[in-house]
Amino acid sequence: MDLAKSKKAQDAIFKTFIYSFLFVGAISMAIPYAWMFVTSIKPIEEIQSYPPSFIVKNPTALPYQDLFRLIPMWRYLFNSVYVAGAVTLANIFFCSLAGYAFAKHRFWGRDNIFIVLLGSLMIPWQVNLISGFVLMRKLGWLNSYNALIIPVMAGVFGVFLCRQFIMSIPDDLIDAAKIDGCGEFTIYRLVILPLIKPVLATLAIFTFLQQWNNFIWPLIVINTSSMRTLPLGLAVLNGQFGTNFAMVMAGAVVATTPMLVVFLSFQKYFMKGIALTGLRG
Amino acid sequence: MKRKKTLFARLNEHKWSYFFIAPAVLLFVVFIVGPLIASFYWSFTEYNGIHPPKWVGLANYKTIFFDDPRFWKAIKNTVIYTLGVIPPGVVLSLLLAIAVDQQIKFKNFFRIIYFIPSVTSVIALSVIWKWLFAGEKYGLINYFLLSLGLKPIDWLMSPVWTLPAIMIMSIWAGIGYNMILFLAGLQTIPSTVYEAADIDGANVLEKFWHITLPLLKPTMVFVVIMGFIASFQVFERIYIMTESEFGIGGVLDSALTLVAYLYDMGFRKFQMGYASALGYVVFIVIFLVTIINLKFVKSRIEY
Repeated sequence: MDLAKSKKAQDAIFKTFIYSFLFVGAISMAIPYAWMFVTSIKPIEEIQSYPPSFIVKNPTALPYQDLFRLIPMWRYLFNSVYVAGAVTLANIFFCSLAGYAFAKHRFWGRDNIFIVLLGSLMIPWQVNLISGFVLMRKLGWLNSYNALIIPVMAGVFGVFLCRQFIMSIPDDLIDAAKIDGCGEFTIYRLVILPLIKPVLATLAIFTFLQQWNNFIWPLIVINTSSMRTLPLGLAVLNGQFGTNFAMVMAGAVVATTPMLVVFLSFQKYFMKGIALTGLRG
Repeated sequence: MKRKKTLFARLNEHKWSYFFIAPAVLLFVVFIVGPLIASFYWSFTEYNGIHPPKWVGLANYKTIFFDDPRFWKAIKNTVIYTLGVIPPGVVLSLLLAIAVDQQIKFKNFFRIIYFIPSVTSVIALSVIWKWLFAGEKYGLINYFLLSLGLKPIDWLMSPVWTLPAIMIMSIWAGIGYNMILFLAGLQTIPSTVYEAADIDGANVLEKFWHITLPLLKPTMVFVVIMGFIASFQVFERIYIMTESEFGIGGVLDSALTLVAYLYDMGFRKFQMGYASALGYVVFIVIFLVTIINLKFVKSRIEY
């Protein structure tokens, strides 16, 4: 009886400790975002007033109006959506196609080609920064969607992910389709694709996230205003209007919100996907 | 009777397979292998991106290792950044993972809020933190310091504090992602192991030390290695938080990291041959660090 009581008390202390730890942590996670939002609706006098406050006396939309007036924000938004969307669709198609062949077809050179592909995952992208830029210039792709989309249309990791998943599909299904007279592409479309939807969802989420947040590649291949993506636009905003904190924070809100909404709607898939693949956006 | 097929016949027989892998392989060859070879060649040349590259042999590498204080500064900063970010990040995210793995309320809420920085672009995070770290009394962080009776710090303008400021942000930004990885690791530990320990009368700390930690080693290895790779490639946050008309890297190069230096040499100073050599050095450094990590962790795993 006494023992049970003390165990209960111990548990209660433990729980309280955990809650306070998590709570303090959660607040420190939220403060930068709250501060970003609060700053973005503050008039300039309040930004410069001391002490700084989370309460806005006279909220204003001026920073947002300035943002969209001085900078082609809509264009940046469109570029980001367009590039990330196109890259994601291309990856879903090309990676699953190649993944299927690597998983289920027997052809000359298959394993060697696959090992070479896989080995390239060890290469840090910085090695190709200079030569990638020069290649884009030689192709005449600087300041174009081509430079942002085409080189990343079929990521090696995506191929690997699809192959691993497709290997678990029984051969019988494919053989049965063959006996029914299906061609190779029909098998891919009608048998394989419907079965690998979960892994394609993971691939889609991470490809989109990665492209949406991509910075260094757009930084080197884009230098015209109309071709900038959101992160690049935000960096330029930071460079040109760095002292106008309200406007920069408004820009950060615009760049952060879309992905946040997507994440909150699909958060289960995000976390499962990470646990599954260890992939980072 | 079987005849030996010609190479062409064999390829033709599997033409669908080759069609299927063609897009991925073609993109790989053109945009990864090609540039890899080109930058290897350029790393032995003097090349400004406009005039044809001029062969200089090993001169770039010699300069990097023996005659380039900025390179060594960048190495030093990168190592400090890595060692300053990974241990606290790993400890905090492991504790968080254990905390949200308990039978508690609002479990999902906590998981989500810690994870949010992982889906925010680093550029957005960096501009937010740049504002938090604003100098004198304007920045929120300095306001906290002042209200604790401490002196405000000129974070991003001081050669001492620039790198620590960026490290603080990185720890904050990375814990949610590692927490999810640890959580996945925790869930692979069968509950029967804990039940057995309960019967033996083990307390919370003993269970953590003798069960959780050893069984989490594979996850730990993964988290640490990924952390090393990401830290050695750190660039965006340096760019945003230290960019000025003088370049990137902060006052006196106090936050110049390897990739920031590579970018500076390649795209600000247009020494593309030299920057290509730097790229290969970064490559080799990351490769070695990964292998050392694997060895180190492996030797500690066996018991």
